[in-house]
Amino acid sequence: MPSSRHIERYVAPLEETPVAAVDAVDVSSKASSIWGDAWKDMRGRWLTWVCLVLIALIVVVSIVPQLFTHGDPSGAACQLPQSLNPPTAGHIFGFDKLGCDVYTRIIYGARSSVTVGLLATILTTIIGGIIGAIAGYYGGWLDAVVSRLGDIFFAIPSVLGAIVVSQVLPWKQNAFSLAIILAVFGWPQVARIMRGAVLTSKNADYVTASIALGVSRGKILLKHVVPNSLAPVIVITTVSLGTFIVAEATLSFLGVGLPSSAVSWGADISAAQQVIRVAPNLLFYPAAALAITVLSFLLLGDIVRDALDPKARARR
Amino acid sequence: MSQGITVSKPFGQQAGAEETPLLQVRDLQVTFKTVGGEVNAVKGVSFDLYQGENLAIVGESGSGKSTSVTAILDLLAENGRVSGGSALFDGKDLTKLSRKEMEHIRGREIGYVPQDPMSNLNPVWNIGFQVQETIEANTSLRGKEAKARVVEVLKEAGLTDPQDRLRQYPSQFSGGMRQRVLIGIGMSARPKLLVADEPTSALDVTVQRRILDHIGTLTSEYGTSVLFITHDLGLAAERAEKLLVMYKGQVVEYGSSQEILADPKHPYTKRLVNAAPSLASRRIQSVVEGSAPQGELSELDRAALAHDQAAQTPAAPLISVKNVTKIYDIKQGGFKKTQFKAADDVSFDIAKGSTMAIVGESGSGKSTIAKLFLKLEDITSGTMTFDGRDVGSWPKRELLEFRRRVQPVFQDPYGTLDPMRSIGTSIAEPLLTHGIGDAASRRKTVAELLDQVSLPAATANRYPNELSGGQRQRIAIARALALKPEVLVLDEAVSALDVLVQAQVLQLLADLQSELDLTYLFITHDLGVVRMVADNVTVMRQGKVVEAASTDEVFENPKEQYTIDLLEAIPGGKFEFGK
Repeated sequence: MPSSRHIERYVAPLEETPVAAVDAVDVSSKASSIWGDAWKDMRGRWLTWVCLVLIALIVVVSIVPQLFTHGDPSGAACQLPQSLNPPTAGHIFGFDKLGCDVYTRIIYGARSSVTVGLLATILTTIIGGIIGAIAGYYGGWLDAVVSRLGDIFFAIPSVLGAIVVSQVLPWKQNAFSLAIILAVFGWPQVARIMRGAVLTSKNADYVTASIALGVSRGKILLKHVVPNSLAPVIVITTVSLGTFIVAEATLSFLGVGLPSSAVSWGADISAAQQVIRVAPNLLFYPAAALAITVLSFLLLGDIVRDALDPKARARR
Repeated sequence: MSQGITVSKPFGQQAGAEETPLLQVRDLQVTFKTVGGEVNAVKGVSFDLYQGENLAIVGESGSGKSTSVTAILDLLAENGRVSGGSALFDGKDLTKLSRKEMEHIRGREIGYVPQDPMSNLNPVWNIGFQVQETIEANTSLRGKEAKARVVEVLKEAGLTDPQDRLRQYPSQFSGGMRQRVLIGIGMSARPKLLVADEPTSALDVTVQRRILDHIGTLTSEYGTSVLFITHDLGLAAERAEKLLVMYKGQVVEYGSSQEILADPKHPYTKRLVNAAPSLASRRIQSVVEGSAPQGELSELDRAALAHDQAAQTPAAPLISVKNVTKIYDIKQGGFKKTQFKAADDVSFDIAKGSTMAIVGESGSGKSTIAKLFLKLEDITSGTMTFDGRDVGSWPKRELLEFRRRVQPVFQDPYGTLDPMRSIGTSIAEPLLTHGIGDAASRRKTVAELLDQVSLPAATANRYPNELSGGQRQRIAIARALALKPEVLVLDEAVSALDVLVQAQVLQLLADLQSELDLTYLFITHDLGVVRMVADNVTVMRQGKVVEAASTDEVFENPKEQYTIDLLEAIPGGKFEFGK
C-alpha cells in the first residue's frame, strides 16, 4: 500500500535557496585565537570587571600602602590608651587591643597576603608545571617515580606540612620562606593537572604530524604540547592564589606563619579572637579583607575556566 | 539556470482526505540563541510521512537535518527553540505538547536510534538493565515479564544469545552489536515511528549493511515508519522511498528518492548526486575508456587520465613492501603480555606517480601499514623499501631527509592542526624544522602553498577553529606539500568530510598528483573513494592481504568473497544515479 501512494515532487525555487560555493573561506571577519576568544568572552561579563578592579586595588594597596593611609600599622602610632576605642574621625574602623589603627593595619596587611600568595603560586606553577609536563610527556619510569613522589607530598596537607617545617626552621620566617614552604607542599596539584593535560595533547594528531615532519621531541613538547596544556593550569593557578592567601592567614593565625612583628590579616584575626566578646568588629575587618581578596581570585578563576572551556567555546 | 526547475505547489492541498499522514511537519523553524545573536538553523521545513513509509533526510553537516528532527522530538539543546511551524503526529502538535506529554510519546510512539553506538549506552550498567529500564518506562510490564520482554527485544534486534548476554556490559559488545541493542531499545515499545539519526555512520560497511537490513525487516514487519537522517545519498536512496534534501536549513528538494536521484532538479541536489563517490568514479572510468575529446574533460578527468597513462609505463617501484609483519605486545596487567598481529605478511609495490589504496574495515591493519611506512612504529619483520633503500634501517642521521620525502595527512581534520598556532605557523613548521629559507621567503612559500590548495593567502593569519573540516584538511595537505615530498601517505584523509567537500579534496589531490608527480599511499575504508582515486588496490582483513590488483580489476572482477561482500555493502552501489 505505501508504494501505491503518489509521492509529490517539490523543488525549492532557486531564488529562495541560493547555492554557495563549496566550502568557501570567510576571511572578512576578524581573526581569532583561543586567548583572544577567551578574553572576548570574559570582557562581556560584568563580574570579570568587578574581580579585576578588586584585584588591581589589592595589588596597588600592597605595593604602595602609604597612598591609602598616613598612619603607621605598628610601633609609635599604637598607643595603649586607645585600646579597643570605637571608630572616630580619621580612624574609621577604630582601634585594636594594642591601640593600633585597624584600618591602617588592614591596608598594610594586604602586602604580606599578596606577596605570599603570588610567590607561592608562581613557584608551584613553575615547579609543578615543569615536573608534570616532563612526567606526562616522557612517561615510563620517570612518570612512575615523579607521580608517586607527588602522591607522597599530596598526602600531607600543605598547612600541616608548613606547620611542621616552620617549627624546625633555624631562621626567622619571612614571606619568601613561607612561600617556598607552601610551594613545596603545593606543587603536586599543579603537576597532576599538567600531566593529565599533557597526556591528552601528546596523543593529538598534530603531534604525530610534527613527529612525521622531523621536529625533535623537545621542540614538540615546548611548541605544541605545553601551549595546549596551559589552559587548565591557568585555571588552577588563579584558584590556588586564593587558597595560598588563606594558607598564609591560617599559618599566621596559628602563630607559625609570619613573625608577630609583620602585619598580616591572619595575625590580626588571631589577635581579634582574644577579644571577640568585647569587640567583635575587630574580627570582622581582617576577615572581610581576606574574604574579598580570596573571593576575587576564586571568581576570576571560575570565569577564566568558563572562557577557556572548549565545550563552551563550541557552543558559541 | 532556472528553466530546469519546476516549482510545484509545495505540499498537497489537493491531496484529498483519503489518508492523514502519521507525521505532518509544516514550515518548521528552529532558532538558536548564541553570543552573536539569534541564528535560524532550520528555516521552514515541511514534509509528510505516512504509516509504513520510509523517509530519508539528506544533507551535509550543518544543513539542519538533525536539528529539525531533534526539534520534532523536543530534544533541542537548551539555547534552541521551535520558533514557528507545526509537527502533527497522530493529530497532536508535537511542538506544543508539555514535557510530560512528550515523554509519553517518546519511546512509546516514536522510537529513536542515536548516531554513536559507542557513547549512547551507559558503560556502568549491564545491557539487560538498560533495555529493561526502557521497557518499564514505556510499557506496563514489570519484573519477570519485563525481563522476558528484554530477551525478546534483543532477539529481535539480532543478538544471537540474548539470555546469556543480559549481564554483559557495553564494553563487551562490538560497535555493531551495540547498535543492535540501541535498535532493540528504539523498537521495544512497538513505536509507530522510528527515528534513526545516522544509525550506521560509525560502523564498517559490511556491518552497516546488516544493521540496515535488520531495521528494514523489523520495521516492515510491524508497519513502522522510519525517518532516516543521513549524509549518504546512496544509503538514503536504498533505504527510503522518499527523500528530503536539506541545504542551509532549507528544503531544496523533496519527493520520491528514485525520481530525485535519476533526475535531480535543484542545483544543490545535482551537485550532491554528482559528488556521490560511486557515481563519480564510474564517470571517470567511462571517459577514460571512451577517450572523449580533451576539451570536454573536467580537470579531475584529465588528472585521472594523465596518471593512468603514467601508471602504465613499467618502472622500478618507488615503494616496495615485502612480507611485512607487525606484532604488538599487549600488556595484560602485571608482567603478562599477549601478542597481537596487526599486520601479517603484507606485500605490495607502488610505482612512482601512482596511487595505491589500502582498503579494509576497522582492525584490518591498514593504518598500521601507514604508521610503519612513516617510521612512526618499528617493523617486526619483513622489509619496506623507499627509492631502493630500506626504510626500517634508515640511518637516524638521515631521518630528516626521509621525513622530507615522505609526508602524511591524517584523518581527523579537527586534530591535525595545533589549535594554538595560526595556519601560517603550522604550514611554515616543516620549513622551519628543515631550516629552509628565512622568515620572508617562508611567508612567501606559505602563500604559494595556500594558493596550491585553493585557499586565500589571508588564511595564514587565521586559527584552525575558524575553518571547516575540509579547509583544515586542505591546510594539512598544504603543510605536507611544504617540503616538496615525493610520497603522501593519506590515512583516511577524506573520510571525515562531507561528500561535496570530499569530492573537492579528492579533485585537489588528483590535480596535485599530475602537477607534482606525487605518489600516494591512500588508506581508506571507503571503496567508493578508492574507485575515484586509486590505480591499484590492496584489500586487507585482520592484518592479512585478501586481494591485490588494479582498481578496475578489483571492481569489475573481484576474486575473493570478502571483496565481493565489501563491494555489495556499498550503500546505493547498485543504484543508477542521474547526471
